[in-house]
Amino acid sequence: MSTRTLISPAVLARRRGKRLYWSAFALVTGGFTLVFLGPLYWLVSSGFKDTQEVVRTPPTLVPESFTPENYSRAWEVMDLSSLLFNTFYYAFGALAFQLVLDVAAAYSLSKLRPVLGKAILGMMLVTLMIPATVLVVPQYLTVLDVPVVERNLLNTPWAIWLPSVTNAFNIFLLKRFFDSIPRELLDAASMDGASPTRILWSIVLPISRPILGVVSIFAVVGVWKDFLWPMLTLPDPAKQTLNVGIYSLSNGVPVNVLIAALTIASLPTLLVFLVFQRNIMGGLTAGGLKG
Amino acid sequence: MSAPSLTPSRAARSRNPQPRQGSPEAPGGTFARNLRRNLTAHAFLIGAVVCFALFSWYPMVREFLLAFQKTESGRTVWVGLDNFTTVFNDPAFWQAWGNTLWFTTLALVLGFAVPFVLAITINEFRHGKGYLRLLVYLPVMLPPVAGVLLFQYLYDPGYGLLNELLGLLRLPEQQWLQDADIAMFSLVVASTWMNMGGATLIYLAALQGIPGELYEAAELDGAGLLRRIWHVTIPQTRLILSLMFLMQIIATMQVFVEPFLLTGGAGPEGSTTTVVYLIYQYAFNFNNYGAAAALGLLLLVLLAGFSAAYAKLSRSEDA
Repeated sequence: MSTRTLISPAVLARRRGKRLYWSAFALVTGGFTLVFLGPLYWLVSSGFKDTQEVVRTPPTLVPESFTPENYSRAWEVMDLSSLLFNTFYYAFGALAFQLVLDVAAAYSLSKLRPVLGKAILGMMLVTLMIPATVLVVPQYLTVLDVPVVERNLLNTPWAIWLPSVTNAFNIFLLKRFFDSIPRELLDAASMDGASPTRILWSIVLPISRPILGVVSIFAVVGVWKDFLWPMLTLPDPAKQTLNVGIYSLSNGVPVNVLIAALTIASLPTLLVFLVFQRNIMGGLTAGGLKG
Repeated sequence: MSAPSLTPSRAARSRNPQPRQGSPEAPGGTFARNLRRNLTAHAFLIGAVVCFALFSWYPMVREFLLAFQKTESGRTVWVGLDNFTTVFNDPAFWQAWGNTLWFTTLALVLGFAVPFVLAITINEFRHGKGYLRLLVYLPVMLPPVAGVLLFQYLYDPGYGLLNELLGLLRLPEQQWLQDADIAMFSLVVASTWMNMGGATLIYLAALQGIPGELYEAAELDGAGLLRRIWHVTIPQTRLILSLMFLMQIIATMQVFVEPFLLTGGAGPEGSTTTVVYLIYQYAFNFNNYGAAAALGLLLLVLLAGFSAAYAKLSRSEDA
């Protein structure tokens, strides 16, 4: 029961229409597979080739020399286990910070409505208008010497976790969702003597699971994909993320080993995507615009 | 805490605060209640506000101050517009702006038009929509290092797949990343491949909201395929299109990762030096935070205009 689109169903029902439809479909599906899956196939398969085969022209479609050792070598030489662990640690730490602090802030702004709440929300939203890269320099200086507490956060996870909280887009998304929760529901709970924390925990959060899922996925993927910020704030090789670690080691290792490393680095986010694709797609289009 | 009456609801009361009647048990009266309510509310806010203060608001102020300051032997001195003069007199300055504009223009042509065409195409199919959508979004989920280095191999002049492909079509091979004339183009292609999934999905969602009767009416009026796109599809998605157009400008003018990873930043003859790469160089290679901030401020002023237009448009979407 799909609504009609550009091309009318009547045209498609005709013989010529059918033939055109199916050939266009085959062409597009094939083209898409080639363009979007092709390079990924090439990445994975090149990871299995030996040193000579990976640079051979013309390239081989199926690896003739099957050397899965590349993957284990990449794992050892680039110390992928600790890079992976670091990235997980930063990503899920950032997720925890964002879930606790951003959800609390959005809840307060939406339902508790403090004095100056509107102004605070406004100031948060203003940060969306400032191009992120412009703030990299002063943010970096802040990490070097945090005002008031005078601590240097360089090479600590805090340098990733705390700035990740300043996600005005998340707060806005959460606030809009909380706004749509009927007041009567919360009023009834508060008349029964539930504290704001209790209301948040037992009523608001369970209702908000879809939006929390979207925010969580974006939080994790955001850290996973970031490059410039972790490169600046985590110069210690032992503390680097996958992106930065692989980049800084990329010149010293053979091509096939590096390709294997890239494949391993891509797997976690690709798996997350394949598992949660419904939520991600929904969040992308429902949550507004984020490209 | 006790609730003396069921009406009016607590919400209604807090919206128009009237003197409460018949609740002598409220300890300390309205003021104390309000204070307590506010303290709770602010307690929920404080964590995020501290983070914003440290990593957004303070850096915003600092960016502005830095642009007019210099640090000389540990002391901060005001230097007026000196940093701006430094930046303006750098021979790389105009080249960087030129390159950035060139990247943005190319990225608009490719990154703006291609996803729209893809979305229209996908939307026409009755089968395999999920699969096609999945494919387009797949590259977005790659870590940038994987995407970018992957393209380094595809572009390799010796064994790269792209030159292999050109050879099959009997076209001359290219020095994708080493040729100053096309290095930027190569970056845009890589960048578009990695990033267009998001835009495509957003367009798809917008296309699904177009009422079918409009196409029907246009068809009855004798409008062909292209005219239907021109007179129905585009006007119906105008708002999303203009929002994405602005977003694309804002995002691509900040390009850094692609040139940094693919061509080492500057590229052949400085052909891929972008403004943000120049900022990076000033700050982290030359330790000249003042000049970096001055250049950043110029970029900010330019992009803030686009951001404001974007905010205005997206508000009109909500209304």
